[in-house]
Amino acid sequence: MTPALEVRGLEKAYGSVRALRGVDLHVGPGELFGLLGPNGAGKSTLVKIACGLVRPSAGTAAVCGEPAGSPGAQRALGYLAELFRFPDWCSAEELLTLHQRLAGSAGGAAERAELLGLVELADVAGRRIGTMSKGMQQRLGIAQALVGSPRLLLLDEPTSALDPAGRRTVRELLEHLRERGVGVLLNSHLLSEIELVCDRVAIIDHGEVVAAGAPSELSRPGGVEVETNAGRRVFRDAGRDEAPRIVRDLVAAGEEVFGVRVLTSTLEDAYLEAVGR
Amino acid sequence: MRLALLVAGFALRESLRRRVFLVVGLLTAAFLALYGLGTWQVFKETDEFDGVSTAGVEPEIVAGATLAGLAMFAILFLGTILAVFLTLGAVRGDAERGLLQPVLVRPVPRRTLLFGRWLGAAGVCAGYVVLVALAAFVITERLGGWWPDRTLGPLLSLAAGVAIIAALSLAGSVVLAATANGIAVFMLFGAGLTAGLLGQIAEALGSETLDDVARVASWILPFEALYQAGLGELTADTVGFTRLAIDLGPFGGAQSGGPELWAWAVLYVVLVGLAATAAFGRRDL
Repeated sequence: MTPALEVRGLEKAYGSVRALRGVDLHVGPGELFGLLGPNGAGKSTLVKIACGLVRPSAGTAAVCGEPAGSPGAQRALGYLAELFRFPDWCSAEELLTLHQRLAGSAGGAAERAELLGLVELADVAGRRIGTMSKGMQQRLGIAQALVGSPRLLLLDEPTSALDPAGRRTVRELLEHLRERGVGVLLNSHLLSEIELVCDRVAIIDHGEVVAAGAPSELSRPGGVEVETNAGRRVFRDAGRDEAPRIVRDLVAAGEEVFGVRVLTSTLEDAYLEAVGR
Repeated sequence: MRLALLVAGFALRESLRRRVFLVVGLLTAAFLALYGLGTWQVFKETDEFDGVSTAGVEPEIVAGATLAGLAMFAILFLGTILAVFLTLGAVRGDAERGLLQPVLVRPVPRRTLLFGRWLGAAGVCAGYVVLVALAAFVITERLGGWWPDRTLGPLLSLAAGVAIIAALSLAGSVVLAATANGIAVFMLFGAGLTAGLLGQIAEALGSETLDDVARVASWILPFEALYQAGLGELTADTVGFTRLAIDLGPFGGAQSGGPELWAWAVLYVVLVGLAATAAFGRRDL
């Protein structure tokens, strides 16, 4: 099956600054892919190349098999930039209508109503964008990115201005998109969010992929923690399979066991280790 | 073409909602009222020449042509302001504000976006200068009984002039920040007017060198050559001492550019458009 996004040997230099140094990655249809990395790592550059907004210095990027930036690729993707702005004089309804026309979507009023409903803005469809909060504008941005039923969604920090309820709405939306077979590249600093929703992640630092895999693969075992009448004890080298034996040994030694927990490092631990900070 | 019209229409809708046209309309009405007052006063004083020997010079024609020339100058300036402010931040300015990127990730070629923005701005400015110039001619005719020898030529030359300025401003917006672009285009406009004045001085002094400088400058900035051609058409059929008197005034001495000027104007816009498209295509957003 053609990947929603395929990037090979991607390089980008801005003068003497090398923003990307040979990045390879792919996002499959219906896959939620998280892109992590410190500020200036090259994440936004990668996303912009995929959108056709920035030209690569070397390497290739393809969206649903079409070269990034080509009309075919643009028709297949939806994008929400980190620093975006919409015309403040028009309404949410007018903005989506404009994007439907630009994208050649035949969805009409039904699509607009569905999208505004998905991001919980149905009741402010006629309101001027300039009077909306930043969070509402960000949700509108997600609705705008979904115009024309894209097969790849590129979201650059899509929840930075959202409250916890808004973030949950976006998480649920992303899971809904996965069921519909939409590939999503999610660029975010919110590691807990990435860990919750993404199937795979790549950690980028200094323009290179320094770690990649499923969140569970990036996490390492952290031992087994047992709570007994003698207090809390941690068996650092033990894994999940050894927990029953540890409990048996402790009981045999006369200790009372109240709780057992298998410890793993978090994605945050893996991230900090990967970027060396 | 559908996408270009969509882009043009959206830009025009923005101008409407932001009340740009309302402000322009009100100020233009004030300008026309002032022009009318001036025209009424000038022709009233011209009437006092009745019965006085004017050595073959017809004062009404000199007054009418000079007033219409003044109106054309002012209208070109107003049209230039409109063209510049509708386009000065169209590319780099909008990209820096994050307005352009959501549009360009749609299947909209960059050249189409540029063409649409130019179409919208040039259409509005051309329509504006034609309507206002026509209104000025009507005022001159009603209050002084004078109508230009040619009507279409001056109107078209003004329309083409502001369309060229819109193209220059739009091209500038690809590489320059909005403020720098606005300054650059107004300086070009000033340079063009200076070239035109140089041409008049050259004619009065009979200086071939100065005339060559003015001619080359006018062709490098063809909105000025078009304006001069339009001025020339105002009194295309006027001859004798009356013509001489007009030529000695600030809006006389104008020369027709001929058909090659129109061909060059079209080619100029195409070349500016191609240069802007090439620069925009290389630009990372």
